[in-house]
Amino acid sequence: MTSADISSGEVLTDEASGAVPTMLRGPATARKGPRRRRRVHSVTSEVVADIQDSDDDDSPRSVGRTTSAVVVEYTLATLTAVNLVVALRMLLDWGGLLSFVVLFLVSFICFHYALVRQSSTKELAADRMTTTLIWVIGALVVASLMWIFGFVALKGVKQLRPGFLVRDMRTAGPNTPGGGVLHSMVGSFEQVGIAAAFAIPVSILTAVYLHELEGRMARAIRFIVEGLAGLPSIVAGLLIFSIWPRYAGIHAAEALAILMIPTVTRTSEEILRTVPDSLREAALALGAPQWRVVTRVVLPTAKSGLLTASILGIARAIGETAPVLLTAFDSKFMNKNPLKEPQSSLPTFAYGNIRTQSVLQNDRAWAAALLLLLFVLVLFTMARWIGARGAKRLGRN
Amino acid sequence: MVAPPVGFSDDPSNDIPIRPADNPTVGDRIFRVICVASASVALVIIAATAIFLLNKSRPALAKTGVWHFFTASVWNAAVGDFGVLGLVIGTITIATIALIVAVPLAVGMALFVNEYAPPRIGRTLTAVIDLLAAVPSLIFGMWGYFAFKNHLIPVSRWISDHLVAIPFFRLSNATGKPDFTGSSMIAGLVVGMMIVPIITSVSRDVMARVPREQCEGALALGGSRWAMIRDVILPYGKSGVVGATMLGFGRALGETVAVALVLQNISYQANPHIVQHGAGSIAANIFLRFGEASPLELSALVASGVALMALTFTVGFAARRVVARTTRFS
Repeated sequence: MTSADISSGEVLTDEASGAVPTMLRGPATARKGPRRRRRVHSVTSEVVADIQDSDDDDSPRSVGRTTSAVVVEYTLATLTAVNLVVALRMLLDWGGLLSFVVLFLVSFICFHYALVRQSSTKELAADRMTTTLIWVIGALVVASLMWIFGFVALKGVKQLRPGFLVRDMRTAGPNTPGGGVLHSMVGSFEQVGIAAAFAIPVSILTAVYLHELEGRMARAIRFIVEGLAGLPSIVAGLLIFSIWPRYAGIHAAEALAILMIPTVTRTSEEILRTVPDSLREAALALGAPQWRVVTRVVLPTAKSGLLTASILGIARAIGETAPVLLTAFDSKFMNKNPLKEPQSSLPTFAYGNIRTQSVLQNDRAWAAALLLLLFVLVLFTMARWIGARGAKRLGRN
Repeated sequence: MVAPPVGFSDDPSNDIPIRPADNPTVGDRIFRVICVASASVALVIIAATAIFLLNKSRPALAKTGVWHFFTASVWNAAVGDFGVLGLVIGTITIATIALIVAVPLAVGMALFVNEYAPPRIGRTLTAVIDLLAAVPSLIFGMWGYFAFKNHLIPVSRWISDHLVAIPFFRLSNATGKPDFTGSSMIAGLVVGMMIVPIITSVSRDVMARVPREQCEGALALGGSRWAMIRDVILPYGKSGVVGATMLGFGRALGETVAVALVLQNISYQANPHIVQHGAGSIAANIFLRFGEASPLELSALVASGVALMALTFTVGFAARRVVARTTRFS
């Protein structure tokens, strides 16, 4: 096929469609076939011809294709880089795995670029280089995430036994085994529970005010909520402590509520935005007053999304350490009353124990951290599950 | 907004649309009051923040003088002499280091998840990253102090040995064995690891919204995958990435426990030697000093909290402006 054939414009018919270089990632372009082809050919005919010249086979081009030439390039670059790094290390006496990896990557990328550049365009060489870079970044991030999870799990599992969950620290000390986090779990649940019971209805109603009622203050409130979202958590703790300078679980709940309100409000507003206007209009046209529209149509439709937003808010709040330590402090004993006396919570328990020199205390802290991580994991999975179910239901309607 | 229903009227010339709010029922009025009350909670919080924090910080500011408080670098609770300049610089240093590490990683990770990884793995990673954005900072701090730090100390030593040409990486002239623990760099790297999932999660979301036709168009024109990313995805996702970065910066500025755990003690002087011991952070200072503070020092801590709040709010509103501007022009 020559470029003259293509530029005539007649080539892009059905039997020639196999020659059109496309990378179909979604089915959308395939379905829109005929109309699309007509539009495209005038722009791309030269490019198409260009590619056809360099590529003899008529198969569609795929972006991440592995051919033997690519494999050869990668292998050659790897070997050269390894050689260079080994030689460099002998000469310069740089030890350590890290320096080896870094040097290898740098030289690999350079060699690979040079190799590809020899046989093809700058564009393609740059593409290969960034592909390598992005895979390295991906591997690096995934590896460090696994490191964090693995480290916490490994350290935490030592103390995380059934007994650990049903005892408090009344009798246990830095050197006496036993003890547990029951009091901290009770404290965490009470504090986060009270915070959620206050913050979630307030946030959802604020979102309703912002998106459904669009009151006069809506702009100002939205501005303030955005500002509050950037409030450092420690400042929330300082604020509550300056208002009520004594320790109690309820004050921790107040600080957590201040942190939950902006996040839950913002996500809830986003979710209300996804409720189709046609539903509201239908209800209003049937003569429903606005409050019935909101409570019977909008909120039920957005239910799963709002639930997801709330659960994510709770997951964020349960791990907050600084504001809780400033407002409820920490305690070794069970204190079921959130209204007075210091109260322990999982994060403050972990923080208090990790700061000591005792190995046993540190192990307890890791166990509490693992427990915290598991709680966040469970809450998060729940949120995703509910969110996915809701999305499916909304899609079916 | 809801398209208004047409008003019921006998006279066709009077056929103007009515809005839902035009003739509210009793239920509507009550509902409105409840919503307004809820929305006012945010107002109450911001007002309480302003009143109580400013009021509480007055004794310390009165004792030291406002100018001295914001331009001196000293923290002497015994004589009641406080100045937060060093802490402010330390806070910004740590957050900047965190961003320098986190932004390339996060943008690369977002591209990896969206464009490079096999779809199934990409979806799993998306969930994992969203989960990580919710992992308590305490856990990052504990990991940073007990695991990450030990691997960073040789790196710090290497940097201070080989990159002396760059002033930041030099060691101070103090004699004795250099101490590489509790440095701005280690704190910044730990905070950086913490904000990677946050920035990734937001920027991935924005990049996934690039119209697929545009990407396919770029590829169909013969562009490589990198060309597609450079010319379609990055310009489209720019404002999202900037917004995510600013979000991460705000988080890094206010980060408390992770920094407190890694630093262990606070330096009140600005320390230009970022690989060496001695770093400051307003939030971590509040957290560490709070327990044993006298009323006057508590007041100074609150005043430093106000400074921190001003810093994060400035960053937040700058981010809004940047995002607004980039979206307007693109």
